[in-house]
Amino acid sequence: MLYILQTALELGFLYALIPMALFLSFRILNIADMTTDGCFVLGAAVSVTMAASGHPFLAVPAAMFAGICAGFVTAFLQTRLGVPSILAGIVTNMGLYTINLMVMDWSANVSLLKDDTIFSLFRETGIGGQWYEALLAGFITVLAGVLLVLFLGTRLGLSIRATGDNIDMVRASSINPTFTITVGLCISNSLTALSGAMVGQYQNTADINGGTGIVVIGLACLIIGETVLGRRSVLKGAVAAVVGSIIYRFIYAIVLYTKIMPVQGLRLATAVIVALAIAFPTIKNWAAFQKRKMAARQKGGR
Amino acid sequence: MLDIRSISKTFNPGTVNAKKALSGLSLHLDAGDFVTIIGSNGAGKSTLFNAIAGVFYVDEGTILLDGQNLTFLPEYQRSRMIGRLFQDPLKGTAPGMTIEENLALAYLRSTKGSAPFARISKRDKALFRERLSLLHMGLEDRMKQPVGLLSGGQRQALTLLMATLVPPRLLLLDEHTAALDPATAEKVLELTKTIVAKQKITCLMITHNMKQALELGNRTLMMADGNIVLDVGGEERKNMSVEQLLRRFKEGAGHELDNDRILLS
Repeated sequence: MLYILQTALELGFLYALIPMALFLSFRILNIADMTTDGCFVLGAAVSVTMAASGHPFLAVPAAMFAGICAGFVTAFLQTRLGVPSILAGIVTNMGLYTINLMVMDWSANVSLLKDDTIFSLFRETGIGGQWYEALLAGFITVLAGVLLVLFLGTRLGLSIRATGDNIDMVRASSINPTFTITVGLCISNSLTALSGAMVGQYQNTADINGGTGIVVIGLACLIIGETVLGRRSVLKGAVAAVVGSIIYRFIYAIVLYTKIMPVQGLRLATAVIVALAIAFPTIKNWAAFQKRKMAARQKGGR
Repeated sequence: MLDIRSISKTFNPGTVNAKKALSGLSLHLDAGDFVTIIGSNGAGKSTLFNAIAGVFYVDEGTILLDGQNLTFLPEYQRSRMIGRLFQDPLKGTAPGMTIEENLALAYLRSTKGSAPFARISKRDKALFRERLSLLHMGLEDRMKQPVGLLSGGQRQALTLLMATLVPPRLLLLDEHTAALDPATAEKVLELTKTIVAKQKITCLMITHNMKQALELGNRTLMMADGNIVLDVGGEERKNMSVEQLLRRFKEGAGHELDNDRILLS
């Protein structure tokens, strides 16, 4: 049980920045950013490649910078060139596949054999005992989350939030939506890449297919968190991302450990959860309408 | 002040749907003018506002504000100088953000993008509170509430406050009370008059209320087919009745004023 909890915390924190990135792009900016999958691998690829050449610390900001670039390309496509936002992400994602291979020197995966990682170096300090991985991942994630929440309270942050909330108002109030969407997507993708960077060094490997479906899993985490905490404020949203991620990884670990179903089955379950959660308002309306129709029919005496 | 020199705009040019929305329109406003605009459906009233605000660029002509050429300036840069209210009270505020945050966004206009990482300060809050209290709607005690919880009238009053928080050089009011119930509309109109007079803002207002068009402000324009067909001010306007106004419109436009929402009294 303790082992399950530990795994859930480690993976939960490691992957929590993806739902947090989606909180920024999907919830706040109201853009479905499909760059996420490729961007996650980009972060991992940059991070592991740099750690392999002896720079595990520098690897983290480098991966984030790579994420910013990926976000910028997506934002440029949709704000300047008029590519529909979902397509812009998919196009960038496609291109990133080659970029990621390039980063990993044209091989499908890179491994760290005996190289130092941020985790191995942190273990040597002895802080946190055997929980050191969860502690370090948790620290980085919470720090990023706190910075994000603080940022969203600044003038620029408010402008970004308004862009997703009412773009008419933004245009009429001296804010350039092109700029705010670009900044927002750069930040969200830097968070995704940061998650990739941590996961890569944690697993000592980066794989070209490691990001497949990660955007749906991230959304599932965000939705789980929001179901638990509600979705009213920015702070709650950021906390929901972390909590949802840990709960998701907890379920994942239990499935993995108890083998109540094949682990690969979890993807289908995740897809169903996300589809149902997003469809929920529509289903609720439909049910209410059917109920009214039934009631009206009975009243009619038939 | 505002100088519009023969601007034209055609939508969907070269197709069967081509529509000349503005045709060689010229207009000059003096500082402090409060001008009301009336006209038929599709006369180009809102199109004129969109052209001034920069929602689109005009095909021909120039737009100057205080000598500065706005013709090719993007909308977000013009909105530093031009405040705008729409008929739809939901258009001017961000529903998911608090009253305070909405006001902070409007206040950005005063700082021209400097200090992007500054947070809402205590001084800002005090200023917002003071301004909100002038609306007499009790909003100053609800600053932490999301704007989505307010009524249409409250949201329109807030939008008015936001548009004038930093006095704009020009205020565009596009039937901003038309979607409100009569009592609220009256209140928002009173607020408009007070704020515009106090801050001496130059103002253009579209209305479909003939009486209002003559009572408010110092000048009335009538539009038809993408141009101004009647421009009255001064003594002539003071003594004018709605009937006279309608007759003059018919002389200028060549047809009756045809607006399905017109209010004659």
